[in-house]
Amino acid sequence: MSTATDTIEEFTGQEYKYGFVTDIETEMIPRGLDESIVRLISSKKNEPEWLLEWRLRAYRHWLTMDEPEWHNVHYPKIDYQDSYYYAAPKPKKVLNSLDEVDPELLETFNKLGISLGEQQRLTGVAVDAVFDSVSVTTTFKEKLYELGIIFCSFSEAVHNHPELVRQYLGSVVPYSDNYFATLNSAVFSDGSFCYIPKGVKCPMELSTYFRINAENTGQFERTLLIADEGSTVSYLEGCTAPRRDENQLHAAVVELVALDGAYIKYSTVQNWYPGDKEGKGGIYNFVTKRGKCMANARISWTQVETGSAITWKYPSCLLIGDNSVGEFYSVAVTNNMQQADTGTKMIHIGKNTRSTIVSKGISAGKGQNTYRGLVRMNAGADGARNYSQCDSLLIGDRCGAHTFPYIDVRNPSAQVEHEASTSKIGEDQIFYCKQRGISTEDAVNLIVNGFCKEVFRELPMEFMVEAQKLLSVSLEGSVG
Amino acid sequence: MALLEIKGLHAAVDGREILKGIDLTVNAGETHAIMGLNGSGKSTLANVLAGRDAYEVTGGSVIYDGKDLLELEPEERACEGLFLAFQYPVEIPGVNNTYFLKAALNAKRKYHGQPELTAVEFLGLVKEKLKILHIDQSLLNRPVNEGFSGGEKKRNEIFQMAVLNPKLAILDETDSGLDIDAIRAVADGVNALRSPERATIVVTHYQRLLNYIVPDFVHVLLHGEIVASGGKELALKLEKEGYAWLEQDLAGAAR
Ligand SMILES: Nc1ncnc2c1ncn2[C@@H]1O[C@H](COP(=O)(O)OP(=O)(O)O)[C@@H](O)[C@H]1O
Ligand SMILES: [Mg+2]
Repeated sequence: MSTATDTIEEFTGQEYKYGFVTDIETEMIPRGLDESIVRLISSKKNEPEWLLEWRLRAYRHWLTMDEPEWHNVHYPKIDYQDSYYYAAPKPKKVLNSLDEVDPELLETFNKLGISLGEQQRLTGVAVDAVFDSVSVTTTFKEKLYELGIIFCSFSEAVHNHPELVRQYLGSVVPYSDNYFATLNSAVFSDGSFCYIPKGVKCPMELSTYFRINAENTGQFERTLLIADEGSTVSYLEGCTAPRRDENQLHAAVVELVALDGAYIKYSTVQNWYPGDKEGKGGIYNFVTKRGKCMANARISWTQVETGSAITWKYPSCLLIGDNSVGEFYSVAVTNNMQQADTGTKMIHIGKNTRSTIVSKGISAGKGQNTYRGLVRMNAGADGARNYSQCDSLLIGDRCGAHTFPYIDVRNPSAQVEHEASTSKIGEDQIFYCKQRGISTEDAVNLIVNGFCKEVFRELPMEFMVEAQKLLSVSLEGSVG
Repeated sequence: MALLEIKGLHAAVDGREILKGIDLTVNAGETHAIMGLNGSGKSTLANVLAGRDAYEVTGGSVIYDGKDLLELEPEERACEGLFLAFQYPVEIPGVNNTYFLKAALNAKRKYHGQPELTAVEFLGLVKEKLKILHIDQSLLNRPVNEGFSGGEKKRNEIFQMAVLNPKLAILDETDSGLDIDAIRAVADGVNALRSPERATIVVTHYQRLLNYIVPDFVHVLLHGEIVASGGKELALKLEKEGYAWLEQDLAGAAR
């Protein structure tokens, strides 16, 4: 029915709300990448020798690697020499309190809806804000410190907790892991570090807010989260970036370590600038996220990916210890010209390990959405079980959904269950809603939220509301 | 003034003319039944009145409650009190039935400048309607029509109707596929809504439902035209004699 299709295409996408640029003096180092740049980054950050060595090993390894091409995303070749690998807001002295933070910066955070001030205490969220490359300020640090929880910028951790960083850095994602992770290992600028001591339940959601501001800078943050035996933590990560016509590379690495009996819940709402309707601009998001679970540990990844021109990420779990549990709940939205190739890897190594994968892909406009997942049951994974569910929802008929579930079972007692579905928001569903008085836009939101419910309910409350709003903004204009 | 006045209505689907000049006047307080064989255009008429895209109005006019109905968007028609109980209710996976109904009711209230109902007020209203209709409360927490049996879907339509409290309700074969208990429940719902300000159009091709919802007028739709109108006795005649005599009349008139 052409009328229905026309109206589906009629709607126009809403402008990217977070597309403002903060006018702040930025300290940059020369464009391009070579060993001297790696050294310069390291010296700017006063890093110890061992870390510089680690970066250099990564850099040299990176030179031997080729950019991967197996994914289902297409983009012009990235010129790695045309980017800046370090940008820090000036002045970049160590900040001790909010009063010392540049008011322009605070204004930016206010526009983003995060305040680093008193509100944080009320909302009970500790935020480590990463603005371009230097972590500006960390709230709540002291309160957490009383419990022995360390939550600070990566750079601070390098100086204040070098033994922890040295022990765990690269222990889940080695510097040689993949093209983008290796690049990150060479030039990572900052990020967040978190350590939860034995038996401690972190009493509040820990949250990092990333934002890319400077032009032509790649953001290479690195997050390292260690949950010691029997501890519990819920970590939230949100991302936005100003709108620019150039594409910006974002190649982050997140490493999670869940020691015996620990539980890490890691939630992401990713809303990087997706580019305009013609596909101009937008973030290239190539991210490596992986966690390892020791005995009886559990890692749960929940992601809502609405932004970026390209999303390339596979938050994964290495289920090393017996009885460990890995979970992946994902909503990925592609509208207009966005492309996403995302999924997870669940590597079952220990006995009786269990994993759950729930992936919801939504494509609208000319968006292309690919689920790519690997479930591997190693020879020693007696009694391991996996359940995967991959659902795709299409809005309009110019978008695409693709599913590549790889299953590799090397143990006969392991069980793998996979379900997949593809559905389309039907004209009949929308008409049904309209006949009950509900507008087209609300109808789409209703249907999409229904589709994503199993994932949304995994999100912490405040993120759930934000995710629903984001989704409706991302899809605004996808149906008429 | 009539609540609904249809004059010379023509409508096409995929370029094929289905409705070929319908005239029908429904006054507030009345219940009309529209009967006719499969494929005669009953659902088409219902969908045209509700404003479905695929149905193109090619001629005629429809005045509803003093307004040009054909100028209104489907959701505006709904907010103005026009309700269609669908012949084939659609499933909306994952969307809670109660949540859906609350969104619908609040959309309508917003349209009329009324404040939204609080969750408590809404639940109060819903529970009351469930009781009247003898509908099981478990229906509330299931996704809209998903996995519902045919009978549950139809009951759910009537439940929505009861909550939304329309001025003009159009029931498209709400009785087909229902057992006698379900038909009674549907009839109870419709009869509870009867009032001097409201009207109902019951589309059916069985006389059976009309034992429970007694119509003031019965119309026969055949090949896109109303070929006979009368009182409730017309339904009984159709039950006994079928539609053949009307076909013959038509053929005779065409000669
Ligand atoms: N959405 C549609 N697309 C194509 N043809 C349709 C559609 N709806 C109805 N028709 C056609 O219109 C005619 C009348 O159908 P309908 O109004 O459903 O009849 P009834 O409800 O009286 O059984 C039939 O020939 C049917 O095939
Ligand atoms: Mg019909």
